[in-house]
Amino acid sequence: MIELDHVTRRYGETAVIDDLSLRIEGGELFVLVGPSGSGKSTLLRTINRLISIDDGAIRIDGRDVREVPVASLRRGIGYAIQSVGLFPHRTVAENIATVPRLLGWPAARIRARVDELIAMLQLDGENVLDRYPHALSGGQQQRVGVARALAAEPAIMLMDEPFGALDPLTRDALQSSIQAIHAQTGTTIVFVTHDMDEALRLGERIGLMESGRLLQVGTPLELLRDPACERVRAFVGGENPGLRELSVRRVRSVLRDGEASSAPAVDADATLQQALATMLEHGSDVLRVRDAKGTTLGVLHLTDLLARKP
Amino acid sequence: MTIAGRGAWRIAWPCLALALLLIALPRMGPVFHAWMPELRAPVYTRTSFVALTAAHIGLVGMATLIAVVLGLGIGILATRPATRSLLPTVRAVAVIGQTFPPVAVLAIAVPLLGFGAAPTLLALCLYGVLPVLGQTVAGIENVSRPALDAADGMGYGRWRKLWEVELPLAAGPIMAGVRLSAIVSVGTATIGSAVGASTLGAPIIEGLVSNNTAYVVQGALLVAALAMSIDAVLAWIERYVRRGLV
Repeated sequence: MIELDHVTRRYGETAVIDDLSLRIEGGELFVLVGPSGSGKSTLLRTINRLISIDDGAIRIDGRDVREVPVASLRRGIGYAIQSVGLFPHRTVAENIATVPRLLGWPAARIRARVDELIAMLQLDGENVLDRYPHALSGGQQQRVGVARALAAEPAIMLMDEPFGALDPLTRDALQSSIQAIHAQTGTTIVFVTHDMDEALRLGERIGLMESGRLLQVGTPLELLRDPACERVRAFVGGENPGLRELSVRRVRSVLRDGEASSAPAVDADATLQQALATMLEHGSDVLRVRDAKGTTLGVLHLTDLLARKP
Repeated sequence: MTIAGRGAWRIAWPCLALALLLIALPRMGPVFHAWMPELRAPVYTRTSFVALTAAHIGLVGMATLIAVVLGLGIGILATRPATRSLLPTVRAVAVIGQTFPPVAVLAIAVPLLGFGAAPTLLALCLYGVLPVLGQTVAGIENVSRPALDAADGMGYGRWRKLWEVELPLAAGPIMAGVRLSAIVSVGTATIGSAVGASTLGAPIIEGLVSNNTAYVVQGALLVAALAMSIDAVLAWIERYVRRGLV
């Protein structure tokens, strides 16, 4: 659990973080979203003390971060950034092993952990371990960056626009990886982005920031359906708030019993937006819903998309 | 031939040329006599070329070592957060220092240290520090910001970050500075013979004074071969250092 308690950070006269309080639960995937200059990256960097705060307190599991020696605090928190920052003079394996090595893990344990992470980030089968970062694609580099941040099994991960510089397909694949890793490890993730679609897709809860303050904190659906003010409505809803809402709801939450063996199939974990796209593509107003193994779970009708259920 | 083989050849041939010159020059009296028949003593014999070369290498080696220790040390200090305020001064001194001619430094050093190797060593050190210092500062300043940000974020201590991230990534420019420093010293050390240091400058200066062109040619050939040999050896070391200190 991370508690930010009336945190203020000033540069000169300007408060880039202005008396901000927030509580992020253990195991949560929390997204901080906002326009450039809203203070979201600054806020993230106060958690591992890369930026000091002028007022207030930050506590991790009840302990003020300023009471922990800074090196051990940072070694216990994963850190991934947009520019990745891999060490160009170290191989991929050596890069991933950075924090375990700083912590003095035995070589065999480091080796095993590196192999585990390579598999977790789908870098296996590509023979990347002994290559240098410059020989990797942008997507591979960021996968290595995330693996390096996860290496010492941190309880908390800080991610600062990690996928901002990637092409849409690569970004999509990495977003899926992060969701899978989060489900698998239960690491608390604080994720900064300026991309609202990314925030809505990844965030279990989202904090919307502007001018160093939080405009609203809530689940994606809460932000879409119940915006606290016009700024939130404009930023979260964008041009198509209805479609955005479909993008955060899952087929599983609205499917009903029934048989439609000849209808096109849709995955139960797909979003309603994907389901709508499938209907349009096939000119069908009903879909057969199946789980990952292919078992039919029920059906989805076009009218179900219109119902304002959770 | 493999790439490593070609690399080895690049180091080997200047060194071979130097060795050949050291063996052949003392025996080339007839050649120089045929070339300049008016000279009574066509080959420099006051001190053996081998002894002069060894003394020259010793002087340059000592000066470069001191220059590296000082240049690296001051460069590292000037890029630490606590002592960063030194940086503009260090930069200014490095630039201005380079504009002093080495002869002027020698002229000032002789009254202080007397004749011999001491004033030459002082001049070489002062002169040799500057390229190492400049390249150390430039190399460390140019280390990729994201790598440093990541290193901080992952909990590197200040000195460990210097040793494992900053210095290896700055190693290329620093080694280029060391090479430059050593090569400049090889040339400058010849002037040391004007104030009584034993170097390969001795035949050159004696040749100039007594109008003996053969001595000048012999000294110049040896100095050139020595400079190329030292450069080749340092270039070879640089290749390894660039791959990382750790």
